[in-house]
Amino acid sequence: MDESLEQLIALRVNGVRHEVVVPPRRTLSDVLRHDLGLTGTHVGCEHGICGACTVIVDGAAVRSCLLLAVQVEDCEIETVEGLAGPDGEPNALQRAFHENRAQQCGFCTPGFLMLAEAAIRERGSMTEEEVTDLLASNVCRCTGYDAILAAVNQVMKERR
Amino acid sequence: MKPPPFAYQRAFSAADAVARLAEAGDEAKLLAGGQSLVPMLAFRLVRPTVLIDLKPVEELSYLRVDDDGALWVGALTPHRGLESIEPRLIARGHRLLPEAARWVGHAPIRARGTFAGSLAHADPSAEWCLMCVLLDADLTVLGPAGSRVVPAREFFRGYLTTDLAADEMIVEARLPATGPAVALEEVARRHGDFALASAAVALDVDGAGICQGARIALGGVAEVPMRAGVAEAGLTGHPLDQEAIREAAALATRDLEPLPNAGVSGDYRRRLTRVLVERALSTARERARKDGGDG
Repeated sequence: MDESLEQLIALRVNGVRHEVVVPPRRTLSDVLRHDLGLTGTHVGCEHGICGACTVIVDGAAVRSCLLLAVQVEDCEIETVEGLAGPDGEPNALQRAFHENRAQQCGFCTPGFLMLAEAAIRERGSMTEEEVTDLLASNVCRCTGYDAILAAVNQVMKERR
Repeated sequence: MKPPPFAYQRAFSAADAVARLAEAGDEAKLLAGGQSLVPMLAFRLVRPTVLIDLKPVEELSYLRVDDDGALWVGALTPHRGLESIEPRLIARGHRLLPEAARWVGHAPIRARGTFAGSLAHADPSAEWCLMCVLLDADLTVLGPAGSRVVPAREFFRGYLTTDLAADEMIVEARLPATGPAVALEEVARRHGDFALASAAVALDVDGAGICQGARIALGGVAEVPMRAGVAEAGLTGHPLDQEAIREAAALATRDLEPLPNAGVSGDYRRRLTRVLVERALSTARERARKDGGDG
């Protein structure tokens, strides 16, 4: 069989196992959006600069446009759709974004949420300086960084 | 853009990866963390026919220290593995590595990108390439006929070009320990961007403040990360005063001819490098004074 042809792979996304048939060149971001219909993950630059497509893989925030779906078989993948509780109640980070009006056009929001969510879980709390350093990873083209910083810092403060 | 089509294979050991490379021919590429390769694919700068995924080769992700205090870094160790290196390794002559790791891209890149992936990509502004050249690291390279050891200074051959044959891969690197008098300085347009210039130094300073040995490495300002041999020799045997530091920085950058990059001129980058060398030498000197006793 020509291995550049489509392959059957199994992905676990937000706790649900999916089987998809994809060509090896398909990125995780495209599989999430096109094959699984999880369009909460946004795709900006497609070469790892903007961070809009950030998702959590095995506990770490990663850029899903820089991963091939075939690379993350057997990994735990989390997308923005998985943040809210089972009843649709926003989690603490999402509430903080809401309260601080930390979005303008909203395109970068899912990426920032997943970036910050992974850091909150991994590190518990962070100083304001560490938050600034972390968030420098992603681009908000509306330049609404102050509100995003305020939202993430609010969550960090609540946890201290 | 999207990556062009390719065939996908998984390797289950370093030997398996090398055998697959040999079989697949010149147009095959190894895929480690993919944080340099996937953007290259998206830009269609490379069009491999086969990608061989090293993810299942878990035994190549490790850090261990030998009897000489040197750190052996497994090829597939992610950047964040060096960022969060144990305090006992920092105390044993590897303090510069976590400092360098924090300059590598951003947290999501450091979670996936690998140490040797960066070396094999060989961007002259990359932090691990600079560290290996500074520390006189030895790289162990595996091919179908067995392994060989390549000194870092012979490994980098040109822009994105290394000593690796098409059917070889890096399996580990040995980074010798240093004294406390080390420093890395870097300037990028934004944090996480490729460096416009970087300078790393490692000094041996005796109790009287005399420099007994100096290493100065420059990143991002030539086709490969380079050492400033003349400036190193000039510092050795002399007191590390401000004048000596200024002179060494001038000497280290005198003959540089960096290309214009990211909207700045080559001349700016040369002068920037001089300032970075000066700062790195000053920081290293301060560290020798402060921490010299336990070096």
